[in-house]
Amino acid sequence: MFDNVWLIPLFPLIGFLLNGLCGKAIKDERAIGGIGCLAVFASFVVSVITLLNILSLPAGERVHNVTLFTWIKAGAFQADVAFLIDPLSCVMLMVVTGVGFLIHLYSIGYMHGEEGFYRFFAYLNLFTFAMLLLVMGNNLLLMFVGWEGVGLCSYLLIGYYFRKKSACDAGKKAFVMNRVGDFGFLLGIFTLYWYLGQSHGIWTIQFTELARHAELLPVGGIVTLITLCFFLGATGKSAQIPLYTWLPDAMEGPTPVSALIHAATMVTAGVYMIARMNFLFIKAPETMLVVALVGGATALFAATIGTAQNDIKRVLAYSTVSQLGYMFLAMGVGAFSAGIFHLMTHAFFKACLFLGSGAVIHSMHHALHHVHSDDDPQDMRNMGGLKEHMPMTYWTFLVATIAIAGIPPFAGFFSKDEILWQAFTNPLHGGLNRVLWGFGAAAALLTAFYMFRLLFMTFHGDARITSKAREHLHESPKVIVYPLIVLAFLSAIGGWIGMPRVFGAANLFEGFLEPVFSFSGEYMKGVHGVESHSPLLEWGLMGASIGIAAIGIAIAFTMYVRDTTLPARFTAAFPLLYRAVYNKWYVDELYDFLIVNPCKAFSRFLWKGFDVVVVDGLVNAAATLVMGASRLLKNIQTGYLHNYALSMAIGVVLVVACYIFR
Amino acid sequence: MNYTVLNLMTFLPLIGALLLLFIPKENHGPLRAVALGVSLVTFLVSVPLVTGFVSNAEYQFVKDVPWIAVGPFEMHYHVGIDGISLWLVMLTTFIMPIAILSTWSAVEKMVKEYMICLLLLEVGMLGTFISLDLFLFYIFWEIMLIPMYLIIGVWGGKERIYATVKFFIYTMLGSVLMLIALITLYFKAGAGDFSIDRFFNLNLDPFTQTWMFLCFAFAFAVKVPMFPLHTWLPDAHTEAPTAGSVILAAVLLKMGTYGFVRFAMPLFPDATARFTPLIATLAVIGIIYAALVAMVQEDVKRLVAYSSVAHLGFVMLGIFALNREGVAGGMLQMLNHGVSTGALFLIVGFIYERRHTRLISDFGGLSRRMPIFATIFMIVTLSSIGLPGTNGFVGEFLILLGSFESSLRWYAIIATAGVILSAVYMLWMFQRVMFGEVTNPRNLTIKDLNVREIVVMAPLVALIFIMGVFPTPFIARMTPAIDRMITLSKAKQHISVQHTAYSLRAEAHRAKDWGQKRVKGEE
Repeated sequence: MFDNVWLIPLFPLIGFLLNGLCGKAIKDERAIGGIGCLAVFASFVVSVITLLNILSLPAGERVHNVTLFTWIKAGAFQADVAFLIDPLSCVMLMVVTGVGFLIHLYSIGYMHGEEGFYRFFAYLNLFTFAMLLLVMGNNLLLMFVGWEGVGLCSYLLIGYYFRKKSACDAGKKAFVMNRVGDFGFLLGIFTLYWYLGQSHGIWTIQFTELARHAELLPVGGIVTLITLCFFLGATGKSAQIPLYTWLPDAMEGPTPVSALIHAATMVTAGVYMIARMNFLFIKAPETMLVVALVGGATALFAATIGTAQNDIKRVLAYSTVSQLGYMFLAMGVGAFSAGIFHLMTHAFFKACLFLGSGAVIHSMHHALHHVHSDDDPQDMRNMGGLKEHMPMTYWTFLVATIAIAGIPPFAGFFSKDEILWQAFTNPLHGGLNRVLWGFGAAAALLTAFYMFRLLFMTFHGDARITSKAREHLHESPKVIVYPLIVLAFLSAIGGWIGMPRVFGAANLFEGFLEPVFSFSGEYMKGVHGVESHSPLLEWGLMGASIGIAAIGIAIAFTMYVRDTTLPARFTAAFPLLYRAVYNKWYVDELYDFLIVNPCKAFSRFLWKGFDVVVVDGLVNAAATLVMGASRLLKNIQTGYLHNYALSMAIGVVLVVACYIFR
Repeated sequence: MNYTVLNLMTFLPLIGALLLLFIPKENHGPLRAVALGVSLVTFLVSVPLVTGFVSNAEYQFVKDVPWIAVGPFEMHYHVGIDGISLWLVMLTTFIMPIAILSTWSAVEKMVKEYMICLLLLEVGMLGTFISLDLFLFYIFWEIMLIPMYLIIGVWGGKERIYATVKFFIYTMLGSVLMLIALITLYFKAGAGDFSIDRFFNLNLDPFTQTWMFLCFAFAFAVKVPMFPLHTWLPDAHTEAPTAGSVILAAVLLKMGTYGFVRFAMPLFPDATARFTPLIATLAVIGIIYAALVAMVQEDVKRLVAYSSVAHLGFVMLGIFALNREGVAGGMLQMLNHGVSTGALFLIVGFIYERRHTRLISDFGGLSRRMPIFATIFMIVTLSSIGLPGTNGFVGEFLILLGSFESSLRWYAIIATAGVILSAVYMLWMFQRVMFGEVTNPRNLTIKDLNVREIVVMAPLVALIFIMGVFPTPFIARMTPAIDRMITLSKAKQHISVQHTAYSLRAEAHRAKDWGQKRVKGEE
């Protein structure tokens, strides 16, 4: 039934090879784009079939391993190239191939006429391949292959405009920060493998095997250590505190890349990883608290920065960091399926927002280019009034903005509300629940504010570019608009499969994922008892979260539509606060000061100080010593026969003396 | 067993070198063609070693004949291969045609002598790997030095004399110590031949083991090179011509690690256990230290040279983990390093030939001018970083896993941090050379790789992926020999009396390891 799932990653790989090797010769953009899109679409079709197959099975039989071949085998260690098909990987497959396909399609229009068009599609296909390995891999190592693979593609695509130094720097920064996370991931693999092996004789890194032996794991202790290592990996890939600073810089890449990699798929890999190993994390209460706190703090912290940025993509980037924070908050409070739910809805609305911003930038760029203006097409201070010129973009953007702000019945509301509800009522963190909920609620307020600020600054009010440039503003071609419509549609209704309990309808999404998280669910019930469910509280919290969103929107409306002088007055009133927020709390500068610069200086010292002076100094000193000694000895070799005769005589006397006086 | 293949392979380059003597030295074309042809035939002859290899711990393709008999000394011509030497032999025969083809237009002076040196070097290297007689090993070990000395000293760069002297002083000091230990070892064993199997079964007292191990280890550590004996390497690499650097990195450095696996560890198991913490410390310092120093290099070739020190640090860590994962990883990483660092030196050679500079700051923006080169360079860089899917990952991962499972856990953790640094220095260098706008007008006319250069790189690029995706055939052939080596390096440890508290702790660790192995065995 699942024998053909290897086709899912194979198609994008073929697409990559075709475009990568022959793309330059093909030249025709439609053919190149066609290959790229078709490859992902084929994967999507197989993924849908796989999902239907899973759905046709009873809930208890929905986990399948499909092995292709043994990859590495040494000693007791074995890693296969094998895929795990279960409800969780099905959800991820749908997101990656479905949203991925729409973004591929959009790219045909967006990247039209760009230098290296074929390169772009080759990388994009390679990325899809790696991402599919990540979500389908049935063991930690294959997941790690995908994990590193998506990192590589991210590096290549951020630095797509490789002649720009800032783009290359951003790519490198992303790769290196991800590597810091990978350090944690690797240590997690080692410790888990070693611990289970030496204390229980189970030498495995396969997920289903690990899950089967989850009872053997102790609570806390070594498991806390293991999970913290894995979580470090997650913070790198999913841009959480302290490793989030690469993501805003990653906006140097083309916009479809930001949508696909840095919003919908790759950055959610950390969330997926924790969900995949929920049986491990649930046994480490301390780690769960760390995850929840880091997630909540990131959600709030990134949202504050998002309120003061003027670059449209940067606002969305910080928004992504913040939304990922929500997903980690969900993981940390044991609401695994709510986190995955938010992952999915976020993929819909954030992809829509990024692609919409791309359409705006495209149009702005075009208009500014026509009047030979050097103004930044991504700066929202140059925009305004785009609603009239780009109606389809505006409406789809509006839908996605409402969705992210958390207004019912749009998708973001259901997933975010579920997370906030679980943060408040979960049995894991006791009194800290209020704090966690507070983080989430405050971030929700800011989210509604900065998203509507963005919407108003971009689409409403008067256009701030010259009227001559304004004539060149235009709606995007169909190949760009259609994906926007589909994504906006999904942002609108995508949340309905996960209705809150108080609505009376069944939460289909949670039910579908239930087999994956059953161990954690049972464990939580076993340890903390069955939670008492209060409908009144749930209604109350829901009302609160809607109210918060409404307040955020109202503030944005007041500041950016009603009285547009307010922002300037506000910044004048709090100059220090504004500067700190605008400069992203100076975290990049702090890292440079604390880590990057000392590291460079130390390396220079090792080279010039230690290698050249100490080690080579010793070697050269030895050589000099030998030379000096031979120079001394040279004096004995006078060439006079009587000198030699004398030394011989002394020698003979000494030898004889030795024998006599021994 | 069929030993002719092995002998034919080893001495074909010698015949080739003799053949070259009869070609007039002005005829550069025929000289290069013959050298290339001979090295290619040598590679083809060596292929049956893989196909005919039986995956067991025995020495295969063995030939053992008495050679010199003086008094009590009986030197034999005793050669053969097992899983440990098989792939290193293959690496040598594989890399030689590539190295020779790469010199086609790089070396114009004394082509005849250069080719002869290269072929003689191949004889020395192959001989070293296949010797099963300690004395024969020593002879080949020394033979190998002379052509390398000439290659750097005659065909090298500006500072070549300094570099050669440094290379020679370091290596000779090691060789002398090894010779002393070797002779002592022979006297301990009593009259007979120099066959290594005879020495494996000696029960030496811990003191003798200690100083003999130190002598051998010094000779090998210089070759590896291990921190702090590494400073000859950047100089030698920077000054050597491209082919010299390629061979030096791909094969010569492996002599050191091979020496540990084949001789120092199984011959002196107690000393090995005793010095494992020291060696692991130096290996880990090497990994971090070399990576940091590589980061701030201004010369591409020096940077690659320092990266070699870091990679070989990983190899040392893996083999001293003394378990199947670690040693297999270490052996695999030797091959990986040969492929990817060899390829890196070729790449540096390509741009050096075009621009006659290796300073990173002289480049920038080459990507647009040289797209094929950029792609190949990127793949090799990723392999050097150890990205999954490429060969570098499998080796590094097994090394780290193996050492994590052994008593070297903390060392493994620090070494894992080295994985971050390798990405920093390689990607930073790549960016400064390949990306950005062309800032130096001389780079505007730079040409992409020609057909010959692509042919040089293609097999290496192919191997990077083959070994990354299908490492099993490589590991499977090594495993029995590795098991034997591990048993030998551990077997006698329980006999000798341990005095110090430290040794007791090591003993406890080992006992635990042994227990683990048993558990694994039952799995």
